[in-house]
Amino acid sequence: MAERWAPGGDLLETVGLVKHFGGLIATDQVSLSVRAGELHAVIGPNGAGKTTLVAELAGELAPDGGTIRFAGEDITRLKAARRAHRGLARSFQITSIFREFSALDNVALAVQARAGHSFRFWRRAQRDERLQAPARALLADMGLGARGDVPAANLSHGEKRALEIAMALAARPRLLLLDEPMAGMGPEDSARMVEYLKRLKGSVAILLVEHDMDAVFALADRITVLVYGRVIATGTPAEIRADESVRRAYLGAGEEA
Amino acid sequence: MKFSPQAAAILLGLALLALVPVFSALAGESFYVDLFTRILIFAIAAMSLDLILGYGGMVSFGHAAYLGIGSYAVGILDHYGVDNGFLQFALAIGASAAVALFIGAVSLRTSGVYFIMITLAFTQMIYFLGVSLNTFGGDDGMNIAHNSDFAGLIDLGNATALYYFVLGFLILFLVLGYRLVDSRFGMAIRGAKSNERRMIAIGFPTYRYKLAAFVIAGAVCGVAGALLANQSLFMSPAIMHWSRSGEIMVMVLLGGTGTLFGPVVGAVVLLALENTLSGYTEHWQAILGPILVLVVLFARQGLFGLVERRAAHGAGRG
Repeated sequence: MAERWAPGGDLLETVGLVKHFGGLIATDQVSLSVRAGELHAVIGPNGAGKTTLVAELAGELAPDGGTIRFAGEDITRLKAARRAHRGLARSFQITSIFREFSALDNVALAVQARAGHSFRFWRRAQRDERLQAPARALLADMGLGARGDVPAANLSHGEKRALEIAMALAARPRLLLLDEPMAGMGPEDSARMVEYLKRLKGSVAILLVEHDMDAVFALADRITVLVYGRVIATGTPAEIRADESVRRAYLGAGEEA
Repeated sequence: MKFSPQAAAILLGLALLALVPVFSALAGESFYVDLFTRILIFAIAAMSLDLILGYGGMVSFGHAAYLGIGSYAVGILDHYGVDNGFLQFALAIGASAAVALFIGAVSLRTSGVYFIMITLAFTQMIYFLGVSLNTFGGDDGMNIAHNSDFAGLIDLGNATALYYFVLGFLILFLVLGYRLVDSRFGMAIRGAKSNERRMIAIGFPTYRYKLAAFVIAGAVCGVAGALLANQSLFMSPAIMHWSRSGEIMVMVLLGGTGTLFGPVVGAVVLLALENTLSGYTEHWQAILGPILVLVVLFARQGLFGLVERRAAHGAGRG
């Protein structure tokens, strides 16, 4: 485990990642990198394999080929829970929270995940300030400070998405995988989420999968375009806007044909 | 002091249970002490099942196995002349925990209906193991000669002493149980019940926490088995029959899952009903069945959930 990785270099790097589902190629020789502190967006039309890619990076799906390196270590075969401990956190495209728990308990549980083992049987978790205080701070950061006692199931859609990010941040990740955090949001909630992410940018590297192009071009340092599982372009927002193949395959599909 | 309606109901319930030997003496019917000893033993078994079923989402259809193992631990040691209660109970706990570790380690790799079937299958294997143990009475079972001897500190041959011994265990497990479900460990297994995928994504190795809960529940149920051996001075494979596992699960559902005290209520109601109805007719199950259906239909939270709600309404009006 030599520290080949240095801050400012590539935090996450995939080389030749491949994933088949039967005859379908969901990930086709994907090589991309996320630098420390960078916000790297992955865009692509429906069925481009974005969610599959997130699942492979998070460790929920095993790739058929290729390698994933994180902070200089090969994590291709590492289990999801262990990746989380190394500093890789994710949010889900479809809201995934603990519906019966209060918003505060949701985040407190995420804080607990990084606070060593949970073979502690006596002390009440809800009165444990080592969990509660950071959880309250994270909720407040995401604008949910007054909603801590509300059962998570009763939060609005936008609040649930914000809660998910608070939970992912509780792990104090080095890289945040956000799978369509603005999916299903109204313009108001979307704008708020963009503001959150802008504030977050720089303090943690983010790999953002998102359909909302305005959000992507407002936030991203670099963008990778995925079509049918393949990377067709990577570059700054300006480069991507100017890229002919991207225009053809994705942005202006139909318009220029 | 202020109590939540739930806490008040629990304290009232335990106070009534503590008075059972007094009521029994006043009524001149010592039989009630016996009946309620048995009820409380099943209450411990049901409560231990609720720990994994209600809080951990693990629908184990084989919980009676540990009742049997605890009971056989006492009976087998007694058969070889060892009536030291500390040894017997230690073996009951150790053996149940070891078996639960094995069954859990395999079963928890599955979920849903497969988990139910695999726990059932393991329990049937243990049941038939009991049937095949001819040294220990095989199918017919075997009488146990002596009660567990706790260095002469308590005479478990005395019905009242045994009753309070069992009640003491029930209260101990309730206190430990309520602390456990609110502890970090408790939050980990409740989180796994609520959304296991999310738990893994935030970094919980859920398998090992669920397995630990499964072992704890098995060990507690093993104690219930050791108590049952003392109550009946008899052990037989019938304790481990799958229908017994079903009965314990009915107690949990009837009383209310994820409440710990609900299963105690469930055990009291089910066994008291069974005892009362069977006095009127041998077809008592035909009456019990519809009652269960009504409870499941109209009291989703179980009987204890019902009490809780009413108490909250009452407090609102008062």
